[in-house]
Amino acid sequence: MTERTVWTILILAMIAMAVSRTFLDPSQSAGREYVKQVDGNWVKADMIDRKAGIAQVSYDRSVGLWIAAAFTLCIFSFMYRDNPFYKVAESTVVGVSAAYYMVVGLWTTLVPNLLAKLMPGLIQQWAMPGLSPELEPTGIYYIVPLILGIMLLMRLVPSMSWISLWPLAFIIGTTAGLRMIAYLEADFLSQIENSFIPLIVFTETGIDYWQSFQNTFMIVSILSCLVYFFFSIEHKGAVAGVSKFGIWILMMTFGAMFGMTVMGRIALLAIRLEFLFREWMNIRPY
Amino acid sequence: MKQSIINKLANLDRRWVFLSMLLAVAIPILLGLEFPETPTQQAINVFDEVERLKEGDRVLLALDYDPSSEGELSPMATSFVLHCAKKKVKMYFLTLYPGGPPMIQQAIQRVILTDFPNLVYGEDYVDLGYKPGYEGVVKVIITNLRELYTTDARGTNIDQIPMCQGVESIQDMDLLIAVSAGYPGCKEWVQYAKTPFPDKINLVAGVTGVQAPYLYPYVPKQLIGLLGAIKGAAEYETLVVGKYIEGEPKAAYQEGRRRMGPQLVAHLLMIFLILAGNTLYFLQSSRTKS
Repeated sequence: MTERTVWTILILAMIAMAVSRTFLDPSQSAGREYVKQVDGNWVKADMIDRKAGIAQVSYDRSVGLWIAAAFTLCIFSFMYRDNPFYKVAESTVVGVSAAYYMVVGLWTTLVPNLLAKLMPGLIQQWAMPGLSPELEPTGIYYIVPLILGIMLLMRLVPSMSWISLWPLAFIIGTTAGLRMIAYLEADFLSQIENSFIPLIVFTETGIDYWQSFQNTFMIVSILSCLVYFFFSIEHKGAVAGVSKFGIWILMMTFGAMFGMTVMGRIALLAIRLEFLFREWMNIRPY
Repeated sequence: MKQSIINKLANLDRRWVFLSMLLAVAIPILLGLEFPETPTQQAINVFDEVERLKEGDRVLLALDYDPSSEGELSPMATSFVLHCAKKKVKMYFLTLYPGGPPMIQQAIQRVILTDFPNLVYGEDYVDLGYKPGYEGVVKVIITNLRELYTTDARGTNIDQIPMCQGVESIQDMDLLIAVSAGYPGCKEWVQYAKTPFPDKINLVAGVTGVQAPYLYPYVPKQLIGLLGAIKGAAEYETLVVGKYIEGEPKAAYQEGRRRMGPQLVAHLLMIFLILAGNTLYFLQSSRTKS
């Protein structure tokens, strides 16, 4: 039996299972989306709403449910090997994302932040009825970002691409300046301030040994890690010992970070499987 | 014979690992495996900070995530909105993520429209939508909200929205809740909102597991509390549901705890795989030496 045959059988079996669940599910929940109307908005309905008779099948959302399930399975198929189903799903995600970001960029950046500032009356009539039609005194200044934006697009013309370096320099300069101050305040100075903690914590009843240990361990860890990154002195003797302890602390930190990352990835897998089992196939634990 | 088994295991097709992980996550979901959650101090701090709010207080909910982080952050957002709705505070939603607006709408639909239909848009909650500019948005609205937000997500003039009247900047908020997936997110709220105005901004956050280790150093001075990954979501959910929901909560209010079952089994598998991989490595290297 060729691999192609195995794949075909597997896919047909899955489709058959999904279709049979859709038609044979006693609660008629599999493969369907139910909605109810609340204050003019269509929201997802649950079993209680269906029993109360206020829910109805939403055909467009049901089609969306099937498309979402199919794409999830297409993406999962990459775990076996690269294949055309995965490629189709991947290309669709890339294409849809690009289109989404382009539309979002137009309606959240160009229209309200540029055109609405330069031509408020026209934009109010065309797209933003809530906008004041009066031109603000500072509105005319928005001609500057318009010119910078056009200069940035000069990158597309090879003979004039050097023009795009000017707005690029402006973007890099302002971003660097903005971030430098924020990092100095929030990360550098504030973190040093946060490290000034008592090594021995006194309470009304005496010494809080656990808190004292935590504070001392934290300070020792900070200093050890700093020693590890201090290369002006050769790491020998006591310095080497402290530096080695610093490496251990760093390794534990990386381990904790890896653990947290794994947790995040498993949560992503769980949500997709929950979607397939519960929302699409209506297979629920009893 | 022993050597042959070691070699076979060492060269095991990685797809068997994928399959075992799939089963480790799928079986607990199918069996509905759940474990009791004991909230840690971080979750209690977040809960207490929301509890401290009085009816009519203003809360900014920055839902800075998109569908790629929904698995971890959607349960947090749901619990935050539920908690705020129960506390009868005024909710101001916004996002710094282009993919964030559907997440806001989902949270509103899931909690407010479904279980709190008496809450009125514009009076009890408002969706300010997405604004581009990353940390620049935070930098501006911390001193002047109207500089960037002239309308809400529906295009209504912000001055015509009752709950926005009297709000000059984010400093007028009683609490800032950041549910964040990365950049821009919680870190930027700390850097550009909390740090320059430490006495005026109260900030709590719920973040992804990847981001959490980078943000713990901000606790407790720059961040009052931090919910890390699905574990933090499950703990906070336990506190909120335990206090405000009587009887069996809806499925939407159990998402965090429900996802901890697969977490446990998958983590056990991961520990087993790490131990097995290392054992095989040492067995192989000792055989090579001998």
